[in-house]
Amino acid sequence: MNIIIIGCGKIGLALAEQLNNEGHKITLVDKNESILQNAATKLDVMGLSGNGAILSVLQEAGIEDCDVLIAVTGSDEVNMLCCLLAKKARDLHTIARIRNPEYEDEIRYLQEQIGISMVINPERMVAHEILTLLRFPSATEVETFGKGMVDMIHIRLSGNSPLCGIRLRDLSRTIPAPVLISVIERDNEVIIPSGNTELLENDEISFIARPSDAVRFCKLCKLEYNASRSAFIVGGGRIAYYISRYNKNSRSKCQLKLIETNQERATTFAETFDDVTVIHADGSNKQILIEEGIEHADAFVAITGFDEQNVMMSLMVDKLSDARIITKVNRLDPEDVENVVPMSSIVSPKTVTADEVVRYVRALESSKDSEFESLYKLAGGRAEAMEFTVNNDPSIVNIPFSTLSLKPNVLVAAIIRGSNIISPGGADCMKPGDSVVIITTLRGVNDLHDIMM
Amino acid sequence: MNFRIVAYFMGWILEVEAVSMITPMIIAIAKGESDVWPWFLLLIVVLAPLGFFLTRKRFRKGNFYVREGYAATGLGWVLLSMTGALPFFLSGRMPSYIDAVFETASGFTTTGSSVLADIEALGKGLLFWRSFTHWLGGMGVLVLILAILPMSGGYHMQLMKAESPGPSVSKLVPRVMDTAKTLYLIYIALTVTMILLYWISGMPLYDAACIGFGTAGTGGFGVRNSGMADYSRVSQILITIFMYLFGVNFNFYYLLSRRKFKDALKMEEIRVYVSIILINIVVVTLVNWHYNYRAEGFVYSLHHSAFTIGSLMSTTGFSTVDFDKWPELTRLMMVLLMFTGACAGSTGGGLKVSRLMLLFKEARKEMHMLIHPQSVRPIKQEGKVVEHSVLRSASNYLMIYVLIFVCAFLLVSIDGYDFTTNFTAVTATLNNIGPGLSMVGATQNYSIYSPLSKLVLTFCMLAGRLELLPMLMLFYPKTWTKHY
Repeated sequence: MNIIIIGCGKIGLALAEQLNNEGHKITLVDKNESILQNAATKLDVMGLSGNGAILSVLQEAGIEDCDVLIAVTGSDEVNMLCCLLAKKARDLHTIARIRNPEYEDEIRYLQEQIGISMVINPERMVAHEILTLLRFPSATEVETFGKGMVDMIHIRLSGNSPLCGIRLRDLSRTIPAPVLISVIERDNEVIIPSGNTELLENDEISFIARPSDAVRFCKLCKLEYNASRSAFIVGGGRIAYYISRYNKNSRSKCQLKLIETNQERATTFAETFDDVTVIHADGSNKQILIEEGIEHADAFVAITGFDEQNVMMSLMVDKLSDARIITKVNRLDPEDVENVVPMSSIVSPKTVTADEVVRYVRALESSKDSEFESLYKLAGGRAEAMEFTVNNDPSIVNIPFSTLSLKPNVLVAAIIRGSNIISPGGADCMKPGDSVVIITTLRGVNDLHDIMM
Repeated sequence: MNFRIVAYFMGWILEVEAVSMITPMIIAIAKGESDVWPWFLLLIVVLAPLGFFLTRKRFRKGNFYVREGYAATGLGWVLLSMTGALPFFLSGRMPSYIDAVFETASGFTTTGSSVLADIEALGKGLLFWRSFTHWLGGMGVLVLILAILPMSGGYHMQLMKAESPGPSVSKLVPRVMDTAKTLYLIYIALTVTMILLYWISGMPLYDAACIGFGTAGTGGFGVRNSGMADYSRVSQILITIFMYLFGVNFNFYYLLSRRKFKDALKMEEIRVYVSIILINIVVVTLVNWHYNYRAEGFVYSLHHSAFTIGSLMSTTGFSTVDFDKWPELTRLMMVLLMFTGACAGSTGGGLKVSRLMLLFKEARKEMHMLIHPQSVRPIKQEGKVVEHSVLRSASNYLMIYVLIFVCAFLLVSIDGYDFTTNFTAVTATLNNIGPGLSMVGATQNYSIYSPLSKLVLTFCMLAGRLELLPMLMLFYPKTWTKHY
């Protein structure tokens, strides 16, 4: 597909890289020529310097045969204007980044009026991710499928875990909780396991289960399963805003303590959220953290605007307390930081956003036989978990899996039918209306046909 | 330096070469040249597996940077010339290997300088191969490989930059592979049309194809001892037109194919290119008519002047008349046209119109700054402000160009021929033209030079075709160190 990306910042670049790897034709538009030069030497994309909110620039970028326009400049208003113009010039899909919380309440109205197909708000998405992680302390990542019916949970096996040394086919005898281990990451290798695969120390496993089963599983495996009750947040930016906001309405509420260096921001924050303890101090100050009781906190969330500061603080807190640590990185790749702060979950706005947009673009490409619902990258993008809705397609529907010939490295992890979740065996089959979760290391899977031989 | 990647591209180059040798071999078999075709067959049988061996493993992603791109380009072209010369040498029709390398490099770099007095003695198979190297070298072998080979990452744009002529290479479409494909598509379409037209105009098909390859790559090898003089007036006019067309920036054709006629006609470089051509045609025609062609008439003068200007400006190097015999003024104008060269992004050589435009604009800015020292005056080309780095590299290019020119001139002068001969020999090879003046004129050849001079001139041809830097990089020690 032809895709125009306006704004070549961190997110624009991450998008260009991912979409380019998926084989799309990318034109980057930015005012800064040297950034474009840099992008064009690294990626197989075309750069065009100019203001993306000007029609002639859009025309030069090839708007007349463009399929998707993504506006991710620094300004929400410019992004909206770009989408508005593009939509008037041609019937295409537009994606805009709108992240100012002020627009949050009217976002549906704006989307409808301007004709934006999809609004991305990286800070909000990251806030959601952080909240999910807070709810599930042992997991380094949690993804949800089937509108929250199924969770996919990523954990690391420590040496004393009862799971070590168990073959997957014996798993249900040792741990009687219905979970499906779908991906194992071992020494930088991604394994889609079979019944014979043995779990080892230091494996990172992803398993799929209902949320209640997941909790039971963790209990049996002696993993922490209670949601964090108190959390430190350092950095009172937009992410902190969204976290506080969604935490307020959440069932398993977490006691938040925000540390912010800027007096004005701290005050505004305290005025907006009554239930958050706001502390005006430097979060990288060890003394302050100890005074405020980091030792007894369940979680520590480093989300200042500086990657270095976040990473350094996380390293420090790792020594001070047993709190689970969540570190945000903006510029760095999450993969690279993962081993620096060993026990931390890394969240990255650009990766989250890129995944979301890639999912959207793939859904555009998928055929009518099955609809693309969600996509998660696992193990640094080397495997993908996808959810499809099955439509009435005779070549797929009502055929038992034992007779369907699937490609290797494909795992049908779960079928969600109504309120039931089926761990598919050879006799099961897909029915119209089912949601199917697929895990694969194959590239470019856009619909269910792509996994058939 | 990542040698495995360089070797990988060498492998691909060998495979492309092996495949291109198939047609000349078939022609040699058909013409019963039994001393030629077995050698083609042998080379195909040796080169193809060798190439396959080198390309058997795909390199890992991400360790392919600028210097690998430049080294692969420079080495690749040396390899092309050295292996492409083998059919001439092995068949015994060119007894000296250095001569054969000179001839092949002249072919791939689309120069068209020859060391042969009697070219027809090569036989049809080798002549076809000689002309086909023009076509392959015109758009570039690596560009062809980029068009065939799916690769991810943006670094192989370096290959394209290293091989394509012009001060700043831009993509036509977002992906390198599609850009390379588009370029080759335009190239093939133009070539096929041209060959058909030549054929219709009365040339034998074999001649039409060979001359077609020579015109498309702006090379200049003929297939007859008489050069272009044998062909009909209509054929010569067609050749003239196509020589001008292949000197045009291929962006122009891309815009035309996308029906963006206005944008195409607005291209500054095309306008300057056309202006230079028109001014030259008018002046040269009149001067030649007045001094030389009184008896033959005005039309005769126009025809041959236009042909020669097209031939030299597009750096093709075909000739219908010996322009060495022209009056001093037009003779000099022809030498200057050799330096101008064709448009950037065409198959032609020389300094390139757009680069000269930049240099002139810079010179004008320098004068302007003397009068208004505080003024802010960006240099614009094609309606866009030119980055400082592009300007800098254009000036440096000229400097390096002069340096190489002087060195080559000195080395060639060891042989003791006159100033005009040596000067135009270096000019004609460094700018990828073909014939020079005096003893290397249109009716002469380069066989007078010693092997050393031939090697120097071969280097000039390669440097001229690859825009100097990829060849110079080969001699820069830091290119070859394992660590940066």
